[in-house]
Amino acid sequence: MAKWKSLDQMSILSRHYPRLDAPDKVTGQAKYVYDQSPKGMLFGTILSSPHPAAKIVKIDDSKVRKLPGVKAVLTDVHPTGTIRYVGEEIAAVAATTYEIAEDALDLFQVEYEVLPFAADLNTAMKDGAPRVFSDRSNFRDPRVRGEGDIEAGFTEADEIIESEFRTQVQTHSCLEPHGSMAMWEGDELIVWDSTQAVHGVREGLAKFLEMPVNKVRVICEHMGGGFGSKLQAGRYSAIAAQLAKQANAPVKLMLTRKQDFMTVGNRPNSIAKIKIGAKKDGRVTAFSAVSHGTAGIGTNARTRLPIVYDIPNWKHEHYDVFTNAGPARAFRAPGCPQGCFAMEQVMDEIAEKIGMNPLEFRLKNDTNQTRQKEWKIGADKIGWNSRNTKPGSDSGPVKRGLGMGGSIWWPGGRGTQASMRIYPDGGVEVRCGTQDIGTGTRTIVAAIAAEELGLQIHQIKPMVGDSDYPRSGGSGGSTTAPSVAPAIKNTAEKAKTKLGELAAQHFGVEPAQIKWQKDSLSVVGMQNKKLKWKELCSLLETEPLELNGEWVEGLSSAGVAGCQFAEVAVDTETGRINVEKVVAVADCGLILNRLTTESQVNGAVIQGISYALYENRLMDPITGGQLNADFENYKIVGSMEVPEIEVILYDEPERGVIGIGEPPTIPTAAAIANAFYNATGVRLHELPMTPDKVLIALAAGKED
Amino acid sequence: MSKEDVKEPRGKVSRRTFLKGMGSGFISTSAISTGLFNKEAVAAILEPETERISEPQMIQLHINGKKHTVQVEPRTTLLGVLRDGLDLTGTKEVCDRGQCGACTVMLDGKTVLSCMILAVDARGKKITTVEGLADGQNLSPVQQAFAEKDALMCGFCTPGLVMSATALLHNNPNPNLDEIKEGLSGNLCRCGTYPKVFEAVQSAKKITRKGG
Repeated sequence: MAKWKSLDQMSILSRHYPRLDAPDKVTGQAKYVYDQSPKGMLFGTILSSPHPAAKIVKIDDSKVRKLPGVKAVLTDVHPTGTIRYVGEEIAAVAATTYEIAEDALDLFQVEYEVLPFAADLNTAMKDGAPRVFSDRSNFRDPRVRGEGDIEAGFTEADEIIESEFRTQVQTHSCLEPHGSMAMWEGDELIVWDSTQAVHGVREGLAKFLEMPVNKVRVICEHMGGGFGSKLQAGRYSAIAAQLAKQANAPVKLMLTRKQDFMTVGNRPNSIAKIKIGAKKDGRVTAFSAVSHGTAGIGTNARTRLPIVYDIPNWKHEHYDVFTNAGPARAFRAPGCPQGCFAMEQVMDEIAEKIGMNPLEFRLKNDTNQTRQKEWKIGADKIGWNSRNTKPGSDSGPVKRGLGMGGSIWWPGGRGTQASMRIYPDGGVEVRCGTQDIGTGTRTIVAAIAAEELGLQIHQIKPMVGDSDYPRSGGSGGSTTAPSVAPAIKNTAEKAKTKLGELAAQHFGVEPAQIKWQKDSLSVVGMQNKKLKWKELCSLLETEPLELNGEWVEGLSSAGVAGCQFAEVAVDTETGRINVEKVVAVADCGLILNRLTTESQVNGAVIQGISYALYENRLMDPITGGQLNADFENYKIVGSMEVPEIEVILYDEPERGVIGIGEPPTIPTAAAIANAFYNATGVRLHELPMTPDKVLIALAAGKED
Repeated sequence: MSKEDVKEPRGKVSRRTFLKGMGSGFISTSAISTGLFNKEAVAAILEPETERISEPQMIQLHINGKKHTVQVEPRTTLLGVLRDGLDLTGTKEVCDRGQCGACTVMLDGKTVLSCMILAVDARGKKITTVEGLADGQNLSPVQQAFAEKDALMCGFCTPGLVMSATALLHNNPNPNLDEIKEGLSGNLCRCGTYPKVFEAVQSAKKITRKGG
C-alpha cells in the first residue's frame, strides 16, 4: 500500500508556505467568472417570481423585444409553470449592457394565478396550512434511526433531561454570486462557472441541455466562495447557454444578490425535542430525539442527532417539512451545527444534574481516541480549571464563562485522476480536474508534485478548474484533499519510475540500480553516473513525458474528530454576547500546508460565530419573500466581531490526508451557548443568540 | 383563487434606480451626502421618470496614473465603468449597494465605494484601484504581507481589503489591533480570513514604517 514519506524527510508538505495564486489575488489579476468578458459578450438577467406560490398564466415579452440592445429573450425557462417560492426563474434576457438587461425585466408582462403559501416552518406545520405540493402533505415521512433499547436505557438512567432547541435558516452568502459565462463554438458549449465541481456541472449541464458530455466544457479558474452551494449545475447556467445560443454571442449571467440569497441554497433550520438519560457514574444510557426542519421545496433538512457521542440506546425521528422557500443545498457539514447546538447543551445540562464536571463527563462518553486527547489539549489552552464553577456567579453586569463542544465528520475522499507532463527543459505541468474554491487546492497540487520529484514548488505548474483535465469530484464533504493528494502523489511516483528507466537505459544499467536524491539521480556505487533534474529531463529529447495517475489506497483516510472551547463575556444589561476567545483543536491527519490549514480552521470558527450570534434568514409571512436578502440586514460577522482564535492543528501524519474544511464549523455555536450558560446560569435554546433573546431569557431566568 | 395582472413585479428601489432618478449632472452625489437637496432634486426623486441627461457621453477618467476616455451613460457607476468599460476587474462587485466594501477604490487618496459613485462624478479626480498599487512585478507592502500571511482564501473580498488596509496605514502608520479592526470594518469577508488579515496589516505596517 502506498505510503507518505516521514515528516523529517519532507521539505515542503506539512510546513507553512503561501498559496501560489496569492499574488494574482492581491493585485486583482485573478479572473473570476464575474470578471470574464470575451469580445461581443452580452449581459444576461433573470426575471424572478414575486410570488411564493402561483401558476404562470401568460408571459408577454413583446415590449421586451422592442427595447434597443436586447439580443435574446427566453420565456420558457420554468420547467412546469407552477411557482413554489419567491425568486423562481420566470424569463430571461440578454442585452448589450447590464443596464439594458436590467431595464428589460421591467417590460415583461406576466399574468399569474396566485395561490396560498406557507413560507416558513411554523406556518407550514400548522393544521390546515396551505400545501406546498398540492398532492402531498407538508410533512415527509419520518426518517427513523437508532439502536439498542431506549425504554431500557431510560429505565436504567438515574437522571433524565428533556429539552427543546431551535436553529435558524442560514444562507451561504458567497461573495461571488452564483453565475456563469456561456459561449458556443459551433455545437460545443464552453461555460465559465463559479462552481465547486467542474466535472459535476459539466455532466449536469449536458443532461439538462440534452447534449453529449464531450460537447460541454466547464472552466473555473477562480471562484468567490461556495461553502456547499455550488456543487451542482444551476438553472442559471443552462439559461446563460440558451441565451448565448439564441443571440449567437457569449452571455454572462450572474445572479443578483437578492436572487442569490433566495434561490441557490441555505442551511435548513431545526426544531429538536430531546430526551437524554445518564447514570450517576457519568454514563449516558439513552437518547431520543424528534426533529423537524425545512429545506424549502427541497428535501434532506436532517438534523444530525445524536452527534459526536456513541450512545448504547438511541432513537432519532426526523421530519422534513416543505415550505414555499428556495431549496436548501449542502452547507458546510450539513445537519451538524444544528445537531451539535442541541446535543452539547443537553450533555452539559445532564452533567450538571448528576454533579459532574462537563469535561470529565465528555471523556467518559466519547469513544474517539483522537478526541480524547483533543479535549484535554483544548481544556488546558482555554484554562478550563480556572472557570467559574458556579454558573452566573460573576458580580457586576458583565459576566464571563467558558463552554465546549465536539465535532465529528465522516467522509474521506477517493476517485481522483490526474496527469503530469514533463518537458525536456525540465518544466512540469500537473493537470487535475478538481478546483480551488479558496482552500488552496491549486497550491497543494504543486506542493505534492514538488515534494515527490524533489523540486521547488515554483517549478511546478498546477492546472486545475477545467473539465478538460482528468476527472475529480466536487469540492464538498471535505473530500478534496484526501481525494486529490493521493492522485497527485501517485502520478508523480509513476513519472519518477519512468524517468528512472530512462536514466538506466542512458547509463546502460538496470532500473533497480538507479537511486534518487532529491532532484537528481545516480547509479548506485557509481558517483560519476549522476544526472541533475534538467539533465535527466533532457534525455526526453523532443517528446514530453506524459503520465496518468489516480487515487490509491493508503495515503488518506476518513473520520475526523475535533473540539472547541469558547470564552464569552455577556453584557446582561444590553444582552450582547461578546466572544472573547475560541480555542479550536482541529484533527488534521497529515497536514499538507500548515498555513492554509490554519486559514480554513479560522474561517470555519468565524462562520460558526456568525451562525451562533448573527445570521438568520427572515421570511415575510405576508409576501412570502425574504425580508433580509442583502448584506445590510442579513448579518454576517465583520472584522469587529472576530475574537482571538487559537488554532491547534492536532496532526496524526500516520493517518494520511483527511479533510479539514467542515468539522471546525460544527461545534462553535454549541461551545458559545455552553459558555453563555456558564456565564449567566441561564440556557439559550434558540439560534441566533441575539440580544433580544438573551434579555428575554435572562429575565425569565430571574423569575424562576 | 384570484387572478392578478402583475405588470411590475420587482418592486425594487435599487441604488441604481435611485441614482438614475436623481438625474446626474443635475445634482452631484456630494450634494446628497451633505444634504443639499433642492426642490428640483427632490422632484427628480419623486418622479423617477423625469429624464435629465440620458444620452451616453464621453468622459475622461484618471485611473492609476493613466487617462482613459470612455463612453458612459449618466447612470453608470464608477464600478461599472471600471469593470465593464475598462476591464479593470480587480475591483469586485458583490452587493452593488455599499454594504460590503468589495468595490473599494481610492479617490484623491480617500477610500470610496465605487458602486455608490457615478462615473461622471469621478471626473477630475485621481482614481486608484487595486491594479494600481503594485510597482510592476513588485507588490506593495500591503499586498506582499497579504500574500505571505495567507490573508485571503477565495480572494473575492481581497482587493477591497487590500485597498482599505492601504488607506488605513496611510492615515495611521502604526495602528493597534482595535484600530485595524475598525479600519477594515467596512469590508465583509465570507471565508473568514480576518485573523490573517490583521496579521498581514501588522506585518505591512512594519515594512511601511521602515520606509519600504
